[in-house]
Amino acid sequence: MGFGRQVVIAGVYEHPTRWAPEKTQYRIHAESARGALADAGLGIGDVDGYFTSGVSQMGILSLADYLNLQPRFLDSTSIGGSSFVAHVTHAAAAIGAGLCEVALITYGSTAASERFAVGTGGGFGGDPPDQFEAAYGPTVVGAYALAAQRHMHAYGTTSEQLAQVAVTTRRHAGLNPAAKFRDPIAVDDVLASRIVSAPLHLLDCCIISDGGGAIVVTTAERARDLRRPPVYVLGGAEACCHTGAGHRDLTDMAASQSGPRAMSMAGVGHATVDMCMIYDSFTITVVMTLEALGFCGRGEGGAFVSEGRIGLGGALPINTDGGGLSSNHPGMRGIFLVIEAVKQLRGECGVRQVPDCRIALCHGTGGTLGLRHSGATLVLGRG
Amino acid sequence: MAETKASGKPVPRVDEESKGYWEACARHELYVQRCRDCGTVRYYPRALCPTCLAADPEWVLSSGRGTVYTYTVTYQNLAPGFRESVPYVLAYVELEEGVRLLTNIVDCAPDAVRIGMPVEVTFDDLTADTSIPKFRPVS
Ligand SMILES: [Zn+2]
Repeated sequence: MGFGRQVVIAGVYEHPTRWAPEKTQYRIHAESARGALADAGLGIGDVDGYFTSGVSQMGILSLADYLNLQPRFLDSTSIGGSSFVAHVTHAAAAIGAGLCEVALITYGSTAASERFAVGTGGGFGGDPPDQFEAAYGPTVVGAYALAAQRHMHAYGTTSEQLAQVAVTTRRHAGLNPAAKFRDPIAVDDVLASRIVSAPLHLLDCCIISDGGGAIVVTTAERARDLRRPPVYVLGGAEACCHTGAGHRDLTDMAASQSGPRAMSMAGVGHATVDMCMIYDSFTITVVMTLEALGFCGRGEGGAFVSEGRIGLGGALPINTDGGGLSSNHPGMRGIFLVIEAVKQLRGECGVRQVPDCRIALCHGTGGTLGLRHSGATLVLGRG
Repeated sequence: MAETKASGKPVPRVDEESKGYWEACARHELYVQRCRDCGTVRYYPRALCPTCLAADPEWVLSSGRGTVYTYTVTYQNLAPGFRESVPYVLAYVELEEGVRLLTNIVDCAPDAVRIGMPVEVTFDDLTADTSIPKFRPVS
């Protein structure tokens, strides 16, 4: 099993900005590319595979133009915020097949400074399902809230339990100088924040920021004389979950398909995972993803996140950068999951370092939980 | 969603596959589709069965009764037509025919909605030609 060749992440860069009204989205892509290539010790001329998403339909061509790239492999798979997690797997597959050798993945967004209402605006296209949905006013928050309400009904999950996710990751954000919101919060603060779409409060929702990042993927062989210790891509998988022609179980997620596939490919069990980066669009997303990935049983996620396990020092620390709930969320967060996991595996996280971190799991959820969403799972390991 | 009612709410953009559904809604009748080959009932309506890819489904008149599968009371939606309508209830209703559809629960206080609550269809006339199915508690 695997990708045919040993594939590694050789460089990462998280753009430090959270508010960049003076910058274009393209400049953030380029600055992120520069950062990740410098981290790896490579130049832009070494790149022969290019991956991006979150731009216009053929924006990858405009970005290749802007960066003056001549890639021999291009991929702008667009499956929501999880896209960049999927890109790592796609890059590994392309590299394994010999279709490219140095893959660059970039992301950039000015969602906050353009005042784009990521979760509570409109934005419906003309695809067939839209005519059966848009007139009823489903927001992104609302579509996640539908799943949250059903989960509470089915399993007795409480708002207090969901709040634990926000409280824990805010504590982590306090250890990350780049995080947008760093002041500690308590469960009562979450419960006292206004309800956006019941049962989700404002502090159950990810923040809106500007930002970007980039990742360089290559072969273990090529990485041997590069600057950084390589981080191995051990397994990757994706899945999607939708309305199922009217038969969908809203307590299930794509993660229940992609998680086991990625872990099986990597040959790792739950007990060997040292930390997780879980896409936290909303607190409920984390609870349901941990269940779907099998870190606890279906319906046990609320208790799982409430007993100190997911905080630094716990058995399974998650979102050590502060996550989308506190650090940054420019609309599509997948790339940051991978970047923080790589830094943890390289032991570069300082006060928020997970001790002796050997195996990290990233899971991105893209789209909307209650309508259509994608799941991309990635298992990474240090050498 | 080019066409909008005076309220600013989007009006469904009807296509060849959904025409029968929306024409029935305009008559205040709710239909689902059933595959003539494999018998699977589906929602939303589409040309081919997503279970076996057979064409030519039969249209089944729904009883219009069902229960609330899940719901959310929306307090914030910045989109035109909705920002004036908050709070409103977005829900999935499970019809007696076995499929779940996205809708609104109306004619009751948002806080009174519960999962499992019996509901029945009622039609909201968005334009002279277009009505959309919503649900209200069974009286
Ligand atoms: Zn069929």
